[in-house]
Amino acid sequence: MPGPVKLSCRNLWKVYGPDPARFFVGTNDAPDALAQKMRTGGHMPAAIDVGFDVHVGETFVIMGLSGSGKSTVVRCLSRLIEPDHGQVLLDGQDLLAKSDRELIEIRRHKMGMVFQNFGLLPHLNVIENISFPLRLQGLSAEKQRARAAHVIELVGLTGREHSYPSQLSGGQQQRVGIARSLAVEPELWLLDEPFSALDPLIRRQMQDEFLRIQRVLKKSIVFITHDFLEALRIADRMAIMRDGRIVQIGTPEELILNPVDDYVAQFTGEVPRIKILRAHQCVVAMPGRPDGLPQVAPDDRIEGLLPKLAASPAGLDVLGPSGVYLGTVTAASLVETLGRAESAHPSQVAHG
Amino acid sequence: MAEPSKAQTSDRKSLLIWILVLLSVLVLAQWQSSLPDLKSYPAAWTLPATDWLNTGMDWVVGAFKPVFRALSAVMEYPLFWVSGFLGWLPWSVGTVIAVIIGYRAGAWPLAAFTGGSILYILLMGLWPDTMNSLALVAVSVPLAVLLGFGLGVAGYYSPRVERFLTPVMDITQTVPAFAYLLPILILFGFGPVVGLIAGIIFAFPPMVKNTIIGLRDVPSDIIESGLMSGATKGQLFFLVRARAGLRQILLGVNQTTMAALNMIIVASIIGGSEDIGWRVLSTLRKAEFGESLVAGIVIALMAMVLDRITYGLATRAPDMSPQQGFFGRHQFGLTVMGAAALTYLAALGLPDLQTWPDDWTVDPAGGLNFGIEVFVLWAKPVLDSVKNFIIFTLVLPLKIGLVNVVGPYTWGFTATVWHAVGYAALVAAGSGLAFWRGRRGQAITIVSFGLIMFFGLTNLTWPGASLLLIWFGFRSGGARLAFWTLAALVFILSTGSYDKAILSVQLCGLAVAASFLIGTGLGIAAAQSDPFSRILRPINDTLQTMPVFVLLIPVIMIFKIGEFSALLAIIAYAVVAPIRYTEYGLRNVSKDVIEAATSMGATRSQLLWRVKVPLAMPNIMLGLNQAIMFGISMLVVTALVGTDELGQIIYIGLSKGNFGIGFVAGMAMAVIALLADQYCRAWQKRIDAKLKGARP
Ligand SMILES: Nc1ncnc2c1ncn2[C@@H]1O[C@H](COP(=O)(O)OP(=O)(O)OP(=O)(O)O)[C@@H](O)[C@H]1O
Ligand SMILES: [Mg+2]
Repeated sequence: MPGPVKLSCRNLWKVYGPDPARFFVGTNDAPDALAQKMRTGGHMPAAIDVGFDVHVGETFVIMGLSGSGKSTVVRCLSRLIEPDHGQVLLDGQDLLAKSDRELIEIRRHKMGMVFQNFGLLPHLNVIENISFPLRLQGLSAEKQRARAAHVIELVGLTGREHSYPSQLSGGQQQRVGIARSLAVEPELWLLDEPFSALDPLIRRQMQDEFLRIQRVLKKSIVFITHDFLEALRIADRMAIMRDGRIVQIGTPEELILNPVDDYVAQFTGEVPRIKILRAHQCVVAMPGRPDGLPQVAPDDRIEGLLPKLAASPAGLDVLGPSGVYLGTVTAASLVETLGRAESAHPSQVAHG
Repeated sequence: MAEPSKAQTSDRKSLLIWILVLLSVLVLAQWQSSLPDLKSYPAAWTLPATDWLNTGMDWVVGAFKPVFRALSAVMEYPLFWVSGFLGWLPWSVGTVIAVIIGYRAGAWPLAAFTGGSILYILLMGLWPDTMNSLALVAVSVPLAVLLGFGLGVAGYYSPRVERFLTPVMDITQTVPAFAYLLPILILFGFGPVVGLIAGIIFAFPPMVKNTIIGLRDVPSDIIESGLMSGATKGQLFFLVRARAGLRQILLGVNQTTMAALNMIIVASIIGGSEDIGWRVLSTLRKAEFGESLVAGIVIALMAMVLDRITYGLATRAPDMSPQQGFFGRHQFGLTVMGAAALTYLAALGLPDLQTWPDDWTVDPAGGLNFGIEVFVLWAKPVLDSVKNFIIFTLVLPLKIGLVNVVGPYTWGFTATVWHAVGYAALVAAGSGLAFWRGRRGQAITIVSFGLIMFFGLTNLTWPGASLLLIWFGFRSGGARLAFWTLAALVFILSTGSYDKAILSVQLCGLAVAASFLIGTGLGIAAAQSDPFSRILRPINDTLQTMPVFVLLIPVIMIFKIGEFSALLAIIAYAVVAPIRYTEYGLRNVSKDVIEAATSMGATRSQLLWRVKVPLAMPNIMLGLNQAIMFGISMLVVTALVGTDELGQIIYIGLSKGNFGIGFVAGMAMAVIALLADQYCRAWQKRIDAKLKGARP
């Protein structure tokens, strides 16, 4: 399923302090040992040996507690922060080797970024903010207007073109931020906690908008959040960071079902199991079942099957890839699996 | 927390030193007559700094005169054109332009205020003088803004430049204005250029500060979003950083304009240009108070109009419904030009629209003079008794001591030994009571003040005063502050400025203390009552935007020339800062704390005195700091009304063209100001530490 790799981040380090370079000279230390050396040497390693790939059209989420280094990593990807070590490959080309001029060209055409506090220019109105990157490129007014109008419609801001940021709600301001980052038609889309400054209700609504836009545009995305439920909703794959290191990478289900340690389990522990269980995990064999039960795929999420189950109290047949009968989901089997899953340690569910 | 025993011994030690210091002050003051070198610093021990400075200046003038004169000629060029243009400009065209700009900056109210102010100027027949002053402003402000913006950008990018600029700017703003008029006068020669250059030097620092703040405080999200939009370095600076910080930068323009105007008015003291400041001064010197007041009001109006317009333009909200097309985008410029052109055409036909006719003017000065005289005569008994009371109980005792003041003419009885004993007993009782209640600081303060009021500042003897001040510095801010105090004293003593400096401290100290008490009181009242705050605000604004000299006029009219008038003028100028800072501090005490205290059952007055005031203390102290700075800068101006301190020396130096004298006195004053600033900071630190320590 994954397409070609769009962005690849390898052994990336960012170290704050007076002289980070000296730690990388002729060292064979393991990353953790090296990081410890830096800390005792009065330096602050904010990103430690970070590595991951983002595939074309994939939404890759990085999550972690405050201060774990998420913003640092995402800024290293666009060189808003200059990494101290490692590689960032965009379409196979090392970004860290680019000159300032080349970097500006890449930012103008290939990258878009959305910020937690929106980063709107207070003296420009909506349409001017959105066409700002186009204006910097020196596009004609005609083209600017056409492209801005397109993204304004995409984010649902039609009618507010001439408002100023101070006249907009937080949710609307972030729509402007999103539209601006999309105006250059970037291939790589970076979002640093875009919805964290918003109320829970608006946040939920914006996540839906985000998913809708992504279904249309299919960008390659790096999305930062500290909210696991948000990650669960939008991530194809995700990484969990702790104190500058990535502790685990995988699909949300993998992290929930097989957390590598208690730190990851703490994030995933809060998630209601019904959000992650899939049909094949809740089946019972029912030889004498009535014919003509609705059929569902084994990977369907249980949460989405609930209305169907309500309409068909006798159960739902789960059929494998070649039409093999795997079992039936019934109200009783569902409740039983859920009960087992909620009470057990998450890592046992997969085996249970 | 240190161990109690250790703290106690160090407490006991410091108390012992306090007693020793105060005793030696007492002994020195009492027996100074037997040792004349104690009372005033022996002249033989001073350095001939004045002569050195004059020699040095002669050399500089000799070596660089052509350079400075050439510079002066260059500067005179734009001034010549601008004042030529403003002189030629028909009043009607000027009015139309000003009113439209007023409308742009503050809608109808400001347009009406601008129009009204101009009407007053025209009616009084002071249009030409006003235009001469405006020309100086119009040339010096853009230059100061450019200079300040450039330095601000440099300071923003290079911390080293900023570290260098900060003290330089502090000095240009603490050295009294008159003091650097003098070197400018010597270097650049007599003429309006002096006001221009002084205006630039005095006015660029606020621009630098606001530029640095404006550029620095742009949120990082905005900068990063600019970078991610693909901005080049230049685009990032002009389209993102400077543009997002523009409001702050324009506030710098506002402050720079006000500072330049203030300095230009002060600089008119050297005469030579028919501007409005000179009109005020020359009439003031001839005791033509009515004329002086009429012209002073013009300065006040000019200051207010310039302030409101520049402030309004700086903080103007962006146009919410922008027009499209060439005409839409340039609507304002086109309106101004169109209206000006139409008015000019009309003026071509009607000469009365070009030059305001003489028979349209009025001259209220005669009537005013008469009115003031009647009022002063009528109120004389009350005014005199107020004035005498304050002079005899506060001003004079602080200066020469109760021991020399009390007499049949002043207090109604002759002082005897028994009076002195009674006074000593009173002071002892007061400090004893404070000590018994555990307020050691208060006890020491009472004794110190008792001592100072008894002998007077001028009779403390220089070793006594130095000892007291250095020890006080040590107690306030440790060895560092003690050292700076010592350094300041060495400068003041060795340049022979001590006697005059003490008088400056006496006058300014009294005025600042009074304005601090009054201002804090008013600030507390304003924080408690919204209507009162609303009444106070425009008064404060007016007092603060007013060029300093204007405040002198009404005071002199009523109380005549002398120290008392100076005192009042300084108070009027310095009182604004404590009002503002106190109100601000009280109003910004955290809501949570207030709610918590209220829920614990604090009454309104407990809430104020036990909660709000202590928490607002850092701001109240800032108010004191500002009051001192304002007081010192006003002190020099009050030299005009006949004081007898450093300000007067500067003034004398200026009028005689003696660079050394004026400069030394100016430096002494700056040294006092900087030292006072250090003391305020030290106290502030202690208060902050106390507030922090009180928190769990
Ligand atoms: N300029 C800097 N100098 C020194 N340390 C820094 C600097 N910037 C960030 N750090 C440190 O690097 C670490 C990672 O910061 P980062 O902003 O990447 O965290 P984050 O995961 O984005 O947190 P949040 O959720 O609060 O945004 C933090 O401990 C922070 O204190
Ligand atoms: Mg962050």
